[in-house]
Amino acid sequence: MSSLLEARGVSKIFGGGLFDKRVTVALDAFSFAIESTPPRVTAIVGESGSGKTTLARLLLGLITPTTGEVLYNGTNLRKLARDDRRSFLRDVQMIFQDPYEVYNPFYKVDHVLETPITEFKLASGQQARRALIHESLRAVGLRPDETLGRYPHQLSGGQRQRIMVARAVLLRPRLIIADEPVSMVDASLRATILDSLRQLNRDYGMSIVYITHDLTTAYQISDNIIVLYRGSVAEAGDVDLVVRQPKHPYTQLLIQSVPEPDPAHPWGAVEIRTDVGEVANGATQVELNVPVGLLPAGAGASATAKAHGGHLLSGCPFADRCPHVMAMCRDSVPPLYQLDPARAAACFLYRDSGPALAVEQLNEVMSAAGSSARST
Amino acid sequence: MATDVLRVEDLRVWYHTPRGPVKAVDGVSFGLLSNERLGLVGESGSGKSTIALALMRLIRPPGRIEGGRVQLDGVNLLEIADEPMRRLRLAAIALVAQGAMNSLNPVVRVREQIIDGMRDHDEKLTKQAAAARVASLLDQVGLKPEVADRFPHELSGGMKQRVCIAIAIALRPKVILADEPTSALDVVVQRQVMETLKRVQEQLGASVVLVGHDMGLMAQFVHRLGVMYAGRLVEVSPVGEIFVEPLHPYTRLLIGSLPSLEEKGKFQGIPGLPPSVLERPSGCSFHPRCPHAMPRCSVEDPQLQQVRPNRWVACHLYDESESNGKVVVSP
Amino acid sequence: MATLAQEQALPTYETRASRLGVVATGTFRYLRRNPELIVGLCLLAALMAFVAFGHALVDLDKARPLSTRPLLPPSPVLPFGSDKQGRNLLAVMVVGTPQTLEIGVLAGLIGVSVGTVLALVSAFYRGAADAIIRGVVDVGLTIPGLMVLITLAMNVKGGLTIPQMILVVAALAWLFPARVIRAQVLSSREKAYIDVARLSGMPTPAIIVKEVLPNLMPFIVASLVGSVSAAVLASVGLEVLGLGSFDSLTIGMTLYWVIYYAAIINSWWWWWLPPIVIIIMLFTGLFLIAVGLDEFANPRLRRRT
Repeated sequence: MSSLLEARGVSKIFGGGLFDKRVTVALDAFSFAIESTPPRVTAIVGESGSGKTTLARLLLGLITPTTGEVLYNGTNLRKLARDDRRSFLRDVQMIFQDPYEVYNPFYKVDHVLETPITEFKLASGQQARRALIHESLRAVGLRPDETLGRYPHQLSGGQRQRIMVARAVLLRPRLIIADEPVSMVDASLRATILDSLRQLNRDYGMSIVYITHDLTTAYQISDNIIVLYRGSVAEAGDVDLVVRQPKHPYTQLLIQSVPEPDPAHPWGAVEIRTDVGEVANGATQVELNVPVGLLPAGAGASATAKAHGGHLLSGCPFADRCPHVMAMCRDSVPPLYQLDPARAAACFLYRDSGPALAVEQLNEVMSAAGSSARST
Repeated sequence: MATDVLRVEDLRVWYHTPRGPVKAVDGVSFGLLSNERLGLVGESGSGKSTIALALMRLIRPPGRIEGGRVQLDGVNLLEIADEPMRRLRLAAIALVAQGAMNSLNPVVRVREQIIDGMRDHDEKLTKQAAAARVASLLDQVGLKPEVADRFPHELSGGMKQRVCIAIAIALRPKVILADEPTSALDVVVQRQVMETLKRVQEQLGASVVLVGHDMGLMAQFVHRLGVMYAGRLVEVSPVGEIFVEPLHPYTRLLIGSLPSLEEKGKFQGIPGLPPSVLERPSGCSFHPRCPHAMPRCSVEDPQLQQVRPNRWVACHLYDESESNGKVVVSP
Repeated sequence: MATLAQEQALPTYETRASRLGVVATGTFRYLRRNPELIVGLCLLAALMAFVAFGHALVDLDKARPLSTRPLLPPSPVLPFGSDKQGRNLLAVMVVGTPQTLEIGVLAGLIGVSVGTVLALVSAFYRGAADAIIRGVVDVGLTIPGLMVLITLAMNVKGGLTIPQMILVVAALAWLFPARVIRAQVLSSREKAYIDVARLSGMPTPAIIVKEVLPNLMPFIVASLVGSVSAAVLASVGLEVLGLGSFDSLTIGMTLYWVIYYAAIINSWWWWWLPPIVIIIMLFTGLFLIAVGLDEFANPRLRRRT
């Protein structure tokens, strides 16, 4: 039984022109499978340069991986027949970050709801169409008479984003990938939108992949979580375990840096190393060990990956900033060590605390997560 | 009050559009003590960013400062001519703006950009003295001296923002305005930058006005917090008290809508929509969304009043606890 | 809450009539703020009016040679006088102006249409098509257009007829619009709403037509005005050089005869003045319209009231 959507050993590099050996590794050897049952909310948390937006676009087939593949029901996205591609678009939908750019300024907001109905023949006849649109709007807490017939600039950011959620609901997908859906929306409206997402998961049985840099909202609505740092998985598993008892130094740093809206809880005491040269935020730059020259960058990447056990990186990407860095951290990429049935961290500090997992085994940890939360 | 380093009284800034005036800031008054960090928090359309620009007199048409007073060290910033204002900018009051790191000149080295500000204020510095000053400033913001020789694009976002802070403190101003200085930065870098700002402010003995929308950041950084809604201040209180017991219904709902890492729970959004910038609701701007709205609220505009020691609210719910006599002073 | 709708102060289009009213007042208000556009349109309107009245005032047969005595200065019978070949110059202007305009408009239209289609194909499908089209445009734009036109025209016996003139000019007119519109499409296709359309199942040709093209309209219209201007100039240029058809009555041909018979030196002012005035009005009108439209297409140039 193949998963609904699966990334298998996916890497993505950018750059690597004609004479350029240095490429930017947006994502390194990422494997993750999303099942349609049970429907879970998975958070993918990372800062800029972590690769999370690249991951979203890869999962939707908007860009293609450099190595590895993205599978829908077992078939590579690039090789989908026309009918399968249709059903892929029905099963997997996306909510984008910018609630303004997603609207074509030439059309009223209705356009964004009418198009999928037309293309997917979701309803026939004016009545049925109207009914479907109204129902979806109401499902996200919007009043049709206050939103339809308007142009995008006449509505607030929160309303526009909610219409996008309504659009996703229209298609009754099995999976919604939400890329920073609330980061450009006012704080007071965020809660409503996030609540809608949570409802979609609970009441409509949709799985949600919630991509964000905001650990707090991720914690609030997710069952399990993957923390990305510069293209690699730092820590993953059940969201309560990861957030309450973070093991990876980066996760710890992240949590301690989140400003709690409570003056009685000051910023945490994890030091940020100041003796290192500042590393510019952003994806890791790597030299492929095969000169790229006139070869496409993909070929060079595959060769490098084979040489490094599937990885493009040669050491832990956090080594430069880690307060606990050791010599071995720069020599090889730490594998994911399983510290709990529902949690793993990629850090050599835990090399003796649990079995090392292969890249594909991340799914076992993620599947165990969430179910424990459910039983509590 | 004698110890106020900055006092704003009834500041009004309107933007004149073809469809009518947008009253971005409509009668804001507050005082800033020396060595104090004051926060102005609000959502989009609250007018907070306009205040920062107004205090620096950087409002451009179609915006215009319609009225009010801004007293800095005995001088009304809104009344002086352009040249004296220019001299005060950076020397007495400095701004670290939201996209400040993007406003660094990409073809000029960091050292030159820091010195530029100083030179514009007639600081006659020899090359050595200037270089030493730059090194000292960079050290204060936690950057290595080599950064002075770099170009902005060689620095990370957090480093660039800290360079902007260095420029802002170069002339030891009394007031530093920070308008969403970290909104484009990641959470870890944000903490670094804000801690730098805090340290720098304490060393200088200056005061900071932090304008933003992130309540969490406010909770971690400021002493006192002013909540803005639709161009007015609706509550001003010490930060510890405001989170424990928010007085104004908007503040209460705002805090209630914030997720936290402490526990999973229900978090509520604020129902309704932010007020239209062109046509504010009559009476109290918040009344259409307020769970405690009374008939009076749609008619009469509540004034900001001190209802407890050092706690000010603009809400009719607290009219009974009004202190005796007219309260002329503002927070 | 009823107050929400009130507070939003959103326009409600109740009836078709009121909707038309809103659009009309909006347009009028916009025009008032855009003097260039108005003046440009007025100039062109004046030319049109001239042609319309002219049709009523004069017998167009008199535009042929030997209709009257040659070289008569203006008089009540001959408001524009006559030329060396005995043509009633008023009739010539009335016939020639729309012809010149027609060449410009048709050549411009063809040029922009072809250019737009090629630009869309090039920018959306990329790959080999893009490389070829881009190459042709880049090289083509560096070659002096007039030279190419002259070479083409010289190879046609007996001077270019009007349809031939249109095709010849259009053959070069598509290059610049193709480049400009390609750049616009390249930036449009990165927009998030294109991704949304794709995820909604829209096939690429539909995306081009329904999502990209409507937002291109301001640029296309602006390109059109520029193209028409350039086409008129090219055609007049060819005719003045003697490559037009000799029994044509266009403004360019009139100017050709003016030069051939040295009308300026001979002080036959009624012969050279009208075509020059008409040309000036035409170009100034088109230019001002282009400037006015530029302000519309580029919001940053918009004046603040």
